[in-house]
Amino acid sequence: MILFGLAVLLAALSGVPGLLLRKRGGEVAAVMLSLGAVFGLAACGWTLYGGAVWTQGLPFTPLGSPGLLRFDPIAAFFLIPVLLLSACGSVYGVAYFGDSHEGARGLRLLYGLTTAFLALLVAAAHAVTFMLAWEGMAITAFLLVITEDRDPETQRAGWIYLIATHTGTLCLFAAFSIMASTLGSFAFTGFSSGFASTGRGTLTFVLFLLGFGIKAGIFPFHFWLPPAHAAAPSHVSSIMSGVFLKMGILGLIRLLSWIPDPPLWWGGLLVVLGAISGILGVAFALGQHDLKRLLAYHSIENIGIILLGLGIGTLGKSIGSVSVQVLGYAGGLLHVLNHGLFKGLLFLNAGSVIRGMGTRNLEQMGGLSNAMPVTAGTFLIGAWAICGLPPLNGFVSEWLIYLAAFQGLALSRLPWTVIALSALAIIGALALACFAKAYGTVFLGQPRSAEAATAQESPRAMRGPMVLLAGLCIVLGLAPVLLIPALDRLVSSASGVQALPSLAGFVHLGLLSTMAALLLGLAFLCWRWARPASARKDVPTWDCGYLAASPRMQYSASSFADGLVSGLRFVLWPQLHFRRIAAFFPSARRFHSHVPDPVLDRVGAPGLDLVARGFALLRVLQSGQLPLYLLYILITLLTLLIWMVA
Amino acid sequence: MSESLLFRIIHIALHLLTALLLGPLIPGLINKVKALVAGRCGPPVLQLYYDLGKLARKQAVFSRTTTWIFLAGPVATVAAGLVAALLVPFGHSPAPIHFQGDVILFAYLFGLARFLTVLSALDTGSSFEGMGAAREVTFSALAEPALFLGFAALAKSSGSLSLSAMLASPGFAISRATGPFILVLAGWMIVYLAENARIPVDDPNTHLELTMIHEVMVLDHSGRPLALVLYGASLKLLVLAALILGPLLPRTDNPWLDWAAYFLALGLFAVIVGVIESITARFRMNQVPQFLMASVLATAFAFLLLLV
Repeated sequence: MILFGLAVLLAALSGVPGLLLRKRGGEVAAVMLSLGAVFGLAACGWTLYGGAVWTQGLPFTPLGSPGLLRFDPIAAFFLIPVLLLSACGSVYGVAYFGDSHEGARGLRLLYGLTTAFLALLVAAAHAVTFMLAWEGMAITAFLLVITEDRDPETQRAGWIYLIATHTGTLCLFAAFSIMASTLGSFAFTGFSSGFASTGRGTLTFVLFLLGFGIKAGIFPFHFWLPPAHAAAPSHVSSIMSGVFLKMGILGLIRLLSWIPDPPLWWGGLLVVLGAISGILGVAFALGQHDLKRLLAYHSIENIGIILLGLGIGTLGKSIGSVSVQVLGYAGGLLHVLNHGLFKGLLFLNAGSVIRGMGTRNLEQMGGLSNAMPVTAGTFLIGAWAICGLPPLNGFVSEWLIYLAAFQGLALSRLPWTVIALSALAIIGALALACFAKAYGTVFLGQPRSAEAATAQESPRAMRGPMVLLAGLCIVLGLAPVLLIPALDRLVSSASGVQALPSLAGFVHLGLLSTMAALLLGLAFLCWRWARPASARKDVPTWDCGYLAASPRMQYSASSFADGLVSGLRFVLWPQLHFRRIAAFFPSARRFHSHVPDPVLDRVGAPGLDLVARGFALLRVLQSGQLPLYLLYILITLLTLLIWMVA
Repeated sequence: MSESLLFRIIHIALHLLTALLLGPLIPGLINKVKALVAGRCGPPVLQLYYDLGKLARKQAVFSRTTTWIFLAGPVATVAAGLVAALLVPFGHSPAPIHFQGDVILFAYLFGLARFLTVLSALDTGSSFEGMGAAREVTFSALAEPALFLGFAALAKSSGSLSLSAMLASPGFAISRATGPFILVLAGWMIVYLAENARIPVDDPNTHLELTMIHEVMVLDHSGRPLALVLYGASLKLLVLAALILGPLLPRTDNPWLDWAAYFLALGLFAVIVGVIESITARFRMNQVPQFLMASVLATAFAFLLLLV
C-alpha cells in the first residue's frame, strides 16, 4: 500500500520540479519516475509472487458508497507495463524531447500525471474511482498527443482521439449505471449467475465492449489509433500503444471476472472480433509507408491476438473446461505484458530512427544498421518478438493461445477455436512479412537518401531504455518459467478457478527454455563454423553481375509488400496514383500508392461531412436578428402552453 | 528395463544420425530421377555431400553492403531445422523430444528460419534478392494456414498436440478419418513442394533469376555460408517429408522393421517428388497463390469433415 502510494505520488509530481528548475528538469523527472517505478514494481512483485492483496477505502463517498482501491493480482499485473514503460519513456525523453523542444516542460508534467492516473486506474475497484482515473488518463493522453500542436495533422489526430475516447466514456457511463442499478452499488463486485443471459446482461456486455473496445482499438473502433500514435512524440506513442490500449483489455478482463457463467456467444464474439482486428490490423500495417503508422496498425493486430486468447478462455468458462479457460486467459494476459514490452521498445526504436532521419517515411531509409547498431539490434529483437518467433517472449504467449485453441478444438465442436487457429496462423505469417519489410527497408541494404547516409546513433539516455526492454523480451522468452507463480495468481483471480494445476500439468514452459537453449547452442556452433577465417569483404553485392547496384534499384518497402497488398486488395483498397506510359521515350513519371484507413477515411470522415452538411441546412433558422430569436422563444412557449393545457 | 533403456538410446542415436546425415541424399535422389526421366545420366546421388565438402574449404565473399544479418540467415536455417528434426518422429517411433504443443514450436521454427533468411536477402541491397524475399513471404502467408489447418485436423482425430502422437496415430486407414486424412496429405504435399522450392512452384535449377523464389534469396552467399544454406534446404526436405510419411506408413510390431520401412518410404518419396518435377511445368508466378489456395481449401475441408 505504501509502496503503491509512493509510486503514484512520485509519478504525479515528477514533472513539477521541472517547471521551477531552469535546466535538468528532464533528469529530475526521469529519476523520480524511475524511483516510483521501482517502488511500484516492488508492490507488484509482492502481490504477484507473495500473494499480498490489499484494499484501501478513499476518504470520499461518491454516490453513496466509498471510493475504493483494491490492489489484486490483475491490478499488479497491469501495473507492470505501466511503470516499466513510463520510466523507460521518461529516461528516453531526457534526450529525445529535451528542454530545447517547445512544450517539453508541459509534456513532462503530463507524462507523470498520466502515469499516476494509469496506476490509479488499474487499482480502481469502484465505478466512480475508475471513471475519474479513466477520464484523467484520457484527457492527459489527449494533451500528450497534441504536444506538437503547430502541425495541422497533429491537431486533427488529437480531435479524432478526443471524440473517440469520449464516445467510449459515454458507453461506460451507461454500462456502469446499469451495473449499479442491478447490483445496488457502484463498487466492483461479481454479478450473480444467470445475469449474463438476461437482456440486461447482454446490454451491459455490449456497452462495456463498446466502451473498452474503443479504448483498446478493436477493429472497427480503431480509427483514432493510427493518427494519434503517429502524431504523438515517440515516447508518448510508446506508452499509448504499450499501456493505454491495455486499459481497454483491463476493463474487459474485470468484466469477465465478474461474470460466473458467460453465454457461449460472448466468447465467440470476442474470438471473431479478435480475428478481424488481428488479420486486418496486420494487413493494413503491410500497406503503410509511415514507420509509426505501421507500428500503430500492429498494435491493433496484437490487441486482436489478446482478444483471441480472452475469447477462447471465455469459451472455456462457458463449456466448463478449466484447462481451456486457464490457457486462454494466461496466453491473452501474458500477451498484454509482452506486447507492452516489445511494442514499447519498437516505438522507442522508431523515435530513435526518426530523430536520426528527420522523417517517418520508410522509402527514404535504408542501411541504418551500420550507423545505429544499438537501435538496429534492439529493433530486431522487438520485431523478432512481435512476430511470435521462438525463442523470444512473443512466442510464449502465442504458444499458450494456440494450446488453448487446440485444447478447445479437442473438447468441443465449436467453430470458434478453428477460427482462432487459422487467424493466428495467418497473422503470424503476415506479421513476419511486415516486419521483414520494416526491418529490411529501415536498417538493411543501402541508404536511400542523404539523411539515411549521414544518420547518427542516438545518445545514451535513449539507448539505455531500448536495451533494457529488449533484454526483458529475451529473458521472458528464454525463461518463461519465472512467470508461473505470477500467472497462476493472475489467472486464478481473473477466472475464479485454480489455475496452477492446468498450467503446470499441461504446459511445459521449462521445456521451452530447453528448446531455446538447444536452438541457441546449435546456432552458436553453426556461427562458429561459418564465420570465415579469411573472407573478401571489399566487394559490391554481386547482384547477378549488374555491377554496383545503385540504392535506387533496391526493392522498396512498397514493392516488397506489393504482392500481399494487391492480393488483399479486396479488403485494403489501395489507391494508386500514376499515369500510364503509352508512347515510346516517355518523360519522367511518378508512381504513388497508399492505403487509407477504411473506417476513418472511407466511412467516418465522409459520413461526418454528410452529417455536417445536413446540419448546415438548419442554419436557415439562424439569421442573427434578435427579434427573430425572440419570436422563436415565444413560439416555443406558446407550444408548451398549448401542450400543457391539452 | 536396461534393455528398453538401451533400445531407447539406440533409437535416439539412429534418429540423430538420420537427421544429421540423411538430408543431402534427398536432393541427390530427386535430381537423379529427374535426369533419368529426361534421358540424361545426371550427377551422382551423393553430389550434394561432395558440394558441401568443397564449399567448406572455399573462401567466402561478403558484399560491402552486408551486416551480420547476412550470416544469421543460413545459421538460423540450419539451427532451426535441426531443432525441428528433434521434434518430428521419423516413422512410428516417437521423436527424441516430444511434449504437448511441440507442433506449434515446430511450425514457428520454420518461421524463424524464413524471417532471418528473408532479412539476409534484403541485407545485400540487391533488387533480385528483394524480389525473392517478397515472393517468399507472400506465398508463405498461404502455406502457413494450410499447415495449421492440417495440424488442427490431425489434432482433432488423434486428441493430442504432440507431433509424435499426431503423426504416429494408428488406424487412419480403416477409420472414418480416412477421407479427411487424404485431403490433409494432399494439402500438405502442395505445402511441401512450395516450402522446398520445387516445381511447379519454384525451379531450383532455373538460370533466370527473375523467376526464382528461394534460390534467388541466396545468390550472394558463398563458401561456408552457402554450404549452410544448401544443407539447411536438404534438412527441410527431410524434416517436412516426415510430416507426410509418418501417418502414411503402416505400423508393424517390430521397431526395426518400422525404421527400415521409413527409410524405404523416404527414398520412394524422393523418387515421387522427382517424377512430379519431371512431368509438370512451373506455374506462372501469379498462379502460385491459386495452387497454394488449393492446399488451404483441402485442409479446411478435411477439418470440416472431421467436425461433422
